[in-house]
This record gives sequence, structure tokens and C-alpha cells, in this order.
Amino acid sequence: MIKLEVQNLGLAYGRNVVMRDLTFQVMPGEMVGLIGPNGSGKSTAIKALSRVIPPYSGRILLDGKNISKIPRGDLARLLGVVPQMPLLPSTFTAFEIVLMGRNPHLGLLQYEGARDLAITWQAMERTATHSFAKRRIGELSGGEIQRIVIARVLAQEPKLILLDEPTANLDISHQVQILGLIRNLCLKNSLTVVIALHDLNLASQYCDRLILINSGQVHAQGTPREVINPRNIKEVYGVEGCVYAHPVNGLPAVLLEAGSGKHTKSGEAATIRSLKHKGAINGGI
Amino acid sequence: MTLNQIKPAFMGQSVPTALHRRSRVYAILALLIASGGVVAFATAVGSVEIPFVTIWRVLLSQLPLVDITPTWPSTIETIILEIRLPRAILAGLVGAALALAGATYQGLFRNPLADPYLIGVAQGAALGAVVGFLLPFDWHGMGFGIVPMLAFAGALFSVAIVYSLARVGKTLPVTTLILAGVALGALWGSIVSYLIITSGERIHGIIFWLMGSFSLSQWSEVKVVLPYVVVGMVIILLYSRSLNVMQLDEEQAQQLGINVEKVKLILLAAATLITAAAVCFVGTIGFVGIIIPHAVRLIWGPDHRFLLPLSVLTGAVFLILVDLVARTVLAPTEVPIGVITAICGAPFFLYLLRRKKRAVFF
Repeated sequence: MIKLEVQNLGLAYGRNVVMRDLTFQVMPGEMVGLIGPNGSGKSTAIKALSRVIPPYSGRILLDGKNISKIPRGDLARLLGVVPQMPLLPSTFTAFEIVLMGRNPHLGLLQYEGARDLAITWQAMERTATHSFAKRRIGELSGGEIQRIVIARVLAQEPKLILLDEPTANLDISHQVQILGLIRNLCLKNSLTVVIALHDLNLASQYCDRLILINSGQVHAQGTPREVINPRNIKEVYGVEGCVYAHPVNGLPAVLLEAGSGKHTKSGEAATIRSLKHKGAINGGI
Repeated sequence: MTLNQIKPAFMGQSVPTALHRRSRVYAILALLIASGGVVAFATAVGSVEIPFVTIWRVLLSQLPLVDITPTWPSTIETIILEIRLPRAILAGLVGAALALAGATYQGLFRNPLADPYLIGVAQGAALGAVVGFLLPFDWHGMGFGIVPMLAFAGALFSVAIVYSLARVGKTLPVTTLILAGVALGALWGSIVSYLIITSGERIHGIIFWLMGSFSLSQWSEVKVVLPYVVVGMVIILLYSRSLNVMQLDEEQAQQLGINVEKVKLILLAAATLITAAAVCFVGTIGFVGIIIPHAVRLIWGPDHRFLLPLSVLTGAVFLILVDLVARTVLAPTEVPIGVITAICGAPFFLYLLRRKKRAVFF
């Protein structure tokens, strides 16, 4: 159980400011989504929260303690990260990569014990990656690698998990499985979860609260119903009138519509009509 | 490793920790025994053939509390103990150090082309050695003569310059480090070339040093090299799990609890130290440091906890055998060992590469 507080966080690459005055907090058992357009600073925020890049202003507190004061080894036992498009060495086996999640729990001279192996194996079973545990990373698909990295963070057993686009490479069945798993862990083990997501529908369905970021500033913060509304979507993404209520649970859902004449039913029909007219398509249709 | 052995552990039963890596543990044991055997073999072969039994009896008689009455001529004892044994042991030490440094640099830089000489160690050592050859006086201190002393200092000095050039604030970008090392190495190399062509009759000694030779090996040299190599080895082996995690990118390694900059600095210093100690007496022997780690990786996989110790042992066995070839193949003339390493090693490595046929082997 750990509480994350982010206070007036400012982030920059050199003189290029990418995030200003980010303030939010996440309680144990809560899943908070970071949403926003490409380049809005979501990934940078995740990097700062895991102390990979230092902030130029503001503080990040874990249970009131500034993360810049926590040694890396200790921090890795509290906080685990699922990076976006992780680079993994191709000759290691999937199992060896997941086993690396145990690293922060081992001393310099220590070897993984039976308990570490069991935790690793359990993490692989939960992410359905155990079936290819012995295969080398070079032989795996993007989605399988994504799940390996999620298994690794489970093996790490942190109290706070940061995920950067964990579903980007997954098909819908694995999206549901992985987000469901994280949601379950969050509720049952009171994990604190911060997740950066592109997919507004997944964010709406799975997150307790959302933080909508636009060009380095918080545009809106609150429950999915409060954040995902036509006005915000229009202001941040410039896309008009596409927010509906989910037919089953009533949560906001974003459905896109292509412009006129393309892929829509009426457009297709029009195309077929015009082709028929030119004699290109015979009676077969 | 077999996962069947992990599953019962999950069911609540205990599993011996190393069980799933048994074959590689056996490989380490086998190579340990092999390196002892190879030392004895190299001691037996030469212009005077000595039977194995005599070798073992002479060696055992040197141990305290062992009482063996000498039945052999004292010349035999001198050949074994004062000529061949220190030579074989120095060759083993140097082979072990170069292979380990190569494996460490390859892991640290995540680059299959890395070798112990990548960041200017060899060129710095060569420059120091050549200056030592050309100085009109000799000097001895701390067990070094002037050539090894300047070679050792040159290697460390060169890497120190590369390091300070490549450092950006508190971080050390690996690519910058490699580029600075290659550039500075080229500068040293051209100075060495100039010194060689103007060196007159001393050119023979210089060339021989550059290609490497164990022909003058003595116990005194073993005593000087051993502590550096042992200390460096222990430090590197301690960080082998960290090196595994650093095969992910630096960001992930940090997120898994590795203090990346600290580990980089420690490993760089240790690998540089053992390389400098290895080359200062016997010259910049090539090929061992790049090929042995790859051969080990192809056979036993990329886990550094096995890759590093297996590279140490394989490198030692390899260089002892290569030195044996170098001093016997054209006897009584000695061939520079740098010539033989590639002649012996390259075909074997190419065979491994073909047999494994793995598209990516790093």
C-alpha cells in the first residue's frame, strides 16, 4: 500500500519544457489513467515518476518521501514500470527476462531461490506467457514481448505500477485480459496504478480517474464521465461530436466517424453504383 | 533450465537453487579440471619431453607436507618449475583476463564488436611500451621493468582521457565513449607507427611486443599480474547479474533497481585494469578478447553469470594451448602468439558460427 503524490511537477529536455505544473495524487487501490494526444508528455511523466529523468521543478512523493532521496534498489521494490516498446536482448529466453524482475530483491552475491523462481513462474501464468517461457525473445511477436514485460513487473512485486501504453501491441482479447489483470491486482492487493493510454475507450472502462494532458499541461482531471465529454475531446483532439454512453454500463465511449464518401455504408454503395454504371462490375454483386 | 523443475517449487516444494542451470555448472567444473590438465600438458611438451608422471611428482613435491624424494635430475625440475610452469600460468592468466574483459565490454556496450582494446587500452599500452623501448635507460620498480611499466601506465592513462572526454555531466553515454576511444586510439596508433619507423635496430623487439609473446615469462611477472587480474575478476563477477539486467536498455535497468552509471564506471575500471595488467608484459595479443566470449555465448547462452566465469576458463585454456603451439610449431624459433591466436581460433569460431546458424547471436 503506497500513496503517490505529484506536486507541481515540471519536466524538460534541455530547455525544451514538456510538462508544466502537473499535480495529482493516487491512493492505494486506485487506477489512474493519463490520456492525451501524441507528444502531450505522458511518456515523459512516466519516466519522471520512475526517476529516469529528473524534474526541473516540483516533487514526487511516495508515502510522503521524495523519490529522489530513495536509492534505486529500494525504489525498484516499491515501484515497477512497463515501458512503451521495450528493447529486450534477443538471445535471452522469455523466462530469463521475467526473472530479471526479481533483481531488486536480490543482494550482490545472491542467487534466485526457489521462491523467486515460483513468483516468476506465477507471473508468467497470470499473463499467459508461460507457454513460451523457454523461447528466445528474438522469436516472439510484439504482443508476446509486451506481455513478457508485464509479467516482469508482476515478478518485481512493486506496490506502485506505472504502465506506458501497455496495450499498444495487443489484440483485443489480450487487451481485456491484461487490463483486467491489472485492475484486479489493483483492487485485491491495493496496488497503486498509473497508466498512460491512447485508447480513450479502454481508459474510460478501466480507470477510476483520468488526467487529460494537452501540450504539457493538465486540461481536465476527474472520473471518466467528467473528463471524456464532447467539449474536452474537441478542445484537446480537435475531433467533433463522437462521445456516446456505453450501451451496457453507460460510461463514456468514443466512436469515430470517417469523413464523407469513405468506407461508410452510403459511400460504399455510391462507389458500387458508379462502377456498375461504367460496366466494371457485372451482376455478381 | 527446465521449467518442470520450477513448477513443483510453485506447488510449495523446495528446489535446489542451481538445479535449472545444472549443465552450465558442470561446464564450469569441467573447464576448471581442463585448465589444470592443460597447464600440466603445456609443461610436459617442448624441446625436452617430460613424462606426465614426473610432472605431477615434481609439482606435488613443491607442496608443503608432501614428502616425495626427488628421483629426477635437477635440470628437469628447473625446466618444469622455472621455465614452463610460469609461462603456462602467465598465458592462462592473460587469456582469462582478456576473455573476461572482452565479455565485460561486450555486455557493457551491448555491442558484439567490442573487445578489450575498443576504448584505447591497446593503443595506449603500445605507445607506452614503444616509448619504453626507445628510452636510453632502464628502470625497475614494483616488479615492473620500464617497458611493462610504461605500457601499464599508458593503457590506464589512455582510458582515463577517453573517459573524461566522453563524460557528459553525471552520465557516460556509451556511444560517445566508444567513439572517443576509437579516435584517441587512432591518434596513439599513428604516433606508434611513426616511432616504429624511426626506431632503427630496436624495431624487432617492438614488433615482437606488439604481436605478443610469452617467451620471457617468469614467476616475477606472474606475481605482478596476478593480484590485478584476481581483484578485477572478483569485482566483475560480483556484477554479473547487473550486467544481465543492463542488457535491457539503461532506462529499464534503472527501473529494475540498477544504479547504471555506478555499475558502468566500476565495470569499466575493473575491465580496463585487468586488460592493462594482461598486456603490459606480454604485448597486445589480439583475437582472444573478442572471440572467446562469442564462442562461449554460442555454446552456453548469454547469461553473464555463466558467460563470465566460462569466458575466464575458456580464455585461459585457449591461450595456454595457443602459446604451446607458438613455441613448438617452428621450434626452436618462436612464432609471435598474436599470429597463432587467429590461425587457431578463427576456423573454430567460424565452425561454431555455422553449426549454430542462429540469425542473431548477440
